[in-house]
Amino acid sequence: MSVRSKVIEAIQQIAREQHVTLPALSDDLSLHETGFDSLAFAILVARLEDDTGIDPFTISEDAAFPATVGDFVRAYENVPA
Amino acid sequence: MSPREIFALRDHLGAELKGRTISDAHDVVSLTDILSQTVLGGRLHELSGRSVLLKLSDQLRSGLAMIELDGIARRMLLCPPDLNPNHLDALIADAAIDAVVTDEPDRWAGSGVALVITAQLPLQAAAPAKSERATEWLMLTSGTSGVPKIVGHTLEALTGAIVAEGPARGPAPVWATFYDIRRYGGLQIFLRAVLSGGSMVLSDPHEALGDHVARLKARGVSHISGTPSHWRKLLMSGSAAQFAPAYVRLSGEIADQAVLDGLKAAFPNSSVGHAYASTEAGVGFAVNDGLEGFPADYLGNRNGVEMKVVDGSLRIRSTRTAHAYVGRDAAALTDDDGFVDSGDIVELRGDRYYFVGRRGGIINIGGLKVHPEEIEAVINRHPDVRMSRAKSRKSPITGGIVVADVILTEGTDPTRAKEIRDQILERCRAQLASHKVPAVIRFVEALDVTPAGKLARTDA
Repeated sequence: MSVRSKVIEAIQQIAREQHVTLPALSDDLSLHETGFDSLAFAILVARLEDDTGIDPFTISEDAAFPATVGDFVRAYENVPA
Repeated sequence: MSPREIFALRDHLGAELKGRTISDAHDVVSLTDILSQTVLGGRLHELSGRSVLLKLSDQLRSGLAMIELDGIARRMLLCPPDLNPNHLDALIADAAIDAVVTDEPDRWAGSGVALVITAQLPLQAAAPAKSERATEWLMLTSGTSGVPKIVGHTLEALTGAIVAEGPARGPAPVWATFYDIRRYGGLQIFLRAVLSGGSMVLSDPHEALGDHVARLKARGVSHISGTPSHWRKLLMSGSAAQFAPAYVRLSGEIADQAVLDGLKAAFPNSSVGHAYASTEAGVGFAVNDGLEGFPADYLGNRNGVEMKVVDGSLRIRSTRTAHAYVGRDAAALTDDDGFVDSGDIVELRGDRYYFVGRRGGIINIGGLKVHPEEIEAVINRHPDVRMSRAKSRKSPITGGIVVADVILTEGTDPTRAKEIRDQILERCRAQLASHKVPAVIRFVEALDVTPAGKLARTDA
């Protein structure tokens, strides 16, 4: 499974659990518009770390938290596994 | 106080002693002639009025030494097996120790302790001793870091709950405990065995659980106690089959409904009860209705134990509490009114109080306080879960999130893991505030339990 599809699948799983209705997940969708609160993002980052071994937001101290879904996916894609 | 008012352990052993034993995995000691025998090589008189450190590698000699020393020594400090040796010097100074009872005399040569006495089996014949004084019993708290606190008790306080309950009905009980008898929970059982006319089967940390249970069965154990973690381990091991104690007791940790129901299912003919006790607060109460928590009307004065809830934590005043912390910089053990603050946080729901966790065990989740025990209680109610531990994990987003490690019931089909995880999360979301719902659930084979029998909470 590609990194992108892992990230998208995890987002959809958490949306189901949290009863969040997601809009279509395009790359330019701002994370704010996903309907996720900070707790949902915290869950997403923790699960992706368990799944991929990567937490791009802790590794790099100066990394700003991404603004869009595309940025978020790329943060995982750009870390060498 | 006139001498005849002194009632030491030996004076509880004056009655019928035939057929009674105290045993461990290696030895069985008959109590029949115990009052005219010695584990101290006949040197008990040298310990008269001394402050004695009881530092033995096994429980059997420790228990026999307690029977001899009580009423003779000024005080005795019980060292549990997991005591960090680096803390010994501080404890010896704080308790003003001037004698040690050990099975490793070479290690104490040149230690500066004035008198070193070796405890040894088999017992030797000795003239029966007469109780001289009310010996102070010193026990150590089981906290995880730093030098443990020394807690001072009297035999009267330690046995208050046992005497109040009166003798057991029916045949003399054979007591056992998963605890070490040098911890408060285990000492209660040892004292019950001595006072109640029964026998005692000691645990052994090096023995496999299956072998331990086989020994409990072989020795006819009828009454047995342990922490919920001890009991969950037993249920998981599959060793509980064919063991049929009459009385199963839990203490030392929160007994949630899941473990109470699990024990009732495993031991359908046993009575299952949970007791509330701590080294400092003594024995508070026992609950025998099969339900977690305790009835709200236990608050107030009940059988000489007064309880109240202040700032959410249970406070206890009774003659069974410890009387002081011992040492140069010892803090006060009670408040000005004589109440011990247990640090156990309770919550009133309906007409019952429920334990939600330890004040010192709170984890911080995004600035909100969370008791891991409260989350575990919800997870443990899932029928396929045997045991769980909730803890915090760092999050770059919220600072912290809740994660849970879960042990499934023995024989659970591993392909159902995803389904079970979803069900657990659904239950948590239905019953807990959103920040308390685990972000991640991991299925594990085992969870660490401390030497004191409590779930290890290294991050708390």
